[in-house]
Amino acid sequence: MENKLTKRKAVEKIVFSILGLLMLSSIAVLGVIIFFIFKRGLGVISWEFLTSMPKNGMTEGGILPAIVGSFYLVSGAILVATPLGVFAAIYMTEYAKKGKLIRIIRIGVNNLAGVPSVVFGLFGLSIFVKYLNFGVSILSGALTLAIVILPTIIRASEEALMSVPDEYRSSSLALGATKWQTIKNVVLPAALPGILTGCILGVGRVAGETAPIIFTAATFFSMRLPNSVFSEVMALPYNIYALVATGTFPQKQIPIAYGTAVVLLVLVLLINLVAIFMRIKFSKKNTN
Amino acid sequence: MLNWKTKEKIIKNILLFFAFSSILFLTGIIIVLFKEGAPIFSKVGILEFLFTSDWYPTYDPPGYGIFNLLSGSIVVTIGAMVIAVPFGVASAIHIAYILPKKFKNIVKPTIEMLAGVPSVIYGLFGMKILGPFLREVFGLPTGLTALNAMIMLGIMALPTIVSLAEDAITAVPQNFRDASLALGANRLETMFRVILPTASSGIVTAVILGMGRAIGETMTVLMVAGGASLFPSNILKPVRPMTATIAAEMGEAPVGSEHYQALFGIAIILFLITLIFNIFADFAQQRFKKKVSGE
Repeated sequence: MENKLTKRKAVEKIVFSILGLLMLSSIAVLGVIIFFIFKRGLGVISWEFLTSMPKNGMTEGGILPAIVGSFYLVSGAILVATPLGVFAAIYMTEYAKKGKLIRIIRIGVNNLAGVPSVVFGLFGLSIFVKYLNFGVSILSGALTLAIVILPTIIRASEEALMSVPDEYRSSSLALGATKWQTIKNVVLPAALPGILTGCILGVGRVAGETAPIIFTAATFFSMRLPNSVFSEVMALPYNIYALVATGTFPQKQIPIAYGTAVVLLVLVLLINLVAIFMRIKFSKKNTN
Repeated sequence: MLNWKTKEKIIKNILLFFAFSSILFLTGIIIVLFKEGAPIFSKVGILEFLFTSDWYPTYDPPGYGIFNLLSGSIVVTIGAMVIAVPFGVASAIHIAYILPKKFKNIVKPTIEMLAGVPSVIYGLFGMKILGPFLREVFGLPTGLTALNAMIMLGIMALPTIVSLAEDAITAVPQNFRDASLALGANRLETMFRVILPTASSGIVTAVILGMGRAIGETMTVLMVAGGASLFPSNILKPVRPMTATIAAEMGEAPVGSEHYQALFGIAIILFLITLIFNIFADFAQQRFKKKVSGE
């Protein structure tokens, strides 16, 4: 009996240790990737690298146009996707009754979230670039990216709206406010931090997307900054791909690719970190 | 001046329209894919398209068989799951069930943060760091192979699987666990006999979504898989998965040409595969919710 008990304990300990080891190695592997990118790219970063134009066919100089281009694409995508996503989430949480309709809408959101990014790229190419004749441009790219992040924003907004306590709604309705007044003046302000967190996560996701912009917005080398929504742009993620995959002077271009990767990585990790902190803070506030 | 009832009704209908935006876009994607891609099926024949392996879109006469590309995608995805599932599920169990709460509050956000690392960064790592390493170790002409793609996709799918599977395990009600412990089972037995069976459909959802992410992943495979449209008979040789084919060739295919249609045809197949994954994931998720809520 005694023996069996110690054996059970030993088995438990062994299994738990193996699980722990697998967990630590998972995190370590992800850490190694980030470490190597930083190790090779950090030396390239300088003020000049961030703020000057590329020179000599993208073999020297900085990546300013890629930073600016990514900024335009991401801002455009968020500006389009946020109202769409928030309004959709309001209907889903505040108006829709449990049943078939909401189930269909949710299946739509889930499936849109699972569409491969290159398929979004083809859609953007066919609709925005060709059919609507926007050409390869900031406009086409931003619209395509907006569809890519729509599900992220809908889900985050939905979660934020659902976490608003029902007493808020009933108090406002009891005071004679209409449903829409209640949503506009009571529910939305309370859900705002959560919705904002969702948008920030959307920014992080969309800043790194490459496949949707290859055929809709991106160009490898540009001597000047974009001057209209119909300009093609350089973008950080595409710049990395183009430099390592199609660049013809690897010795000079691969360091630039690593430098660009560090910029993108820092940007995305910072954005995600902010979103996580906001979520923790927000969820504490609501449970208190 | 509108009376408030009409106004409320109008607002409700406008919001309903927005709520349908996702379905609208999804339908739009389906229509566009089929409009651009379906002609190739009638020209080549859908079975020929799927099950012959001559992908020579620019030759005369051209070949539009995607069998090697399709099997490339499948093999690479399976390989990625062989790596990601044991590591991912074990991590999820450890984080949800064994790790003290104060560590969990650090580890889980860290993994979620890593989920945001863009695919092109993984591609860069696989191409320039893992690639040369594999070439050296196995003595290959190139390190850009199916194996490289499997490893990188496996790593990429990790955060998705860990995060979702952890959610599923945490969602198992505390009293299930307490009841088992009170009956004299130790924590390990409770884990295998109570927690994991209850969370299983949630874990399955996590794995399917991880698979969906892997098969649809584009930039990483474009950069690390090597790009040769060979049948993946040896994982130490280059392959050309479907996503990589689309991304690499769309730029040079004239709009409306057969090549262009064939690339959209590949996208249709890819879309249908991920659609099936999503439907399965959704189904497993519903089952899980029922189980946990004790119905």
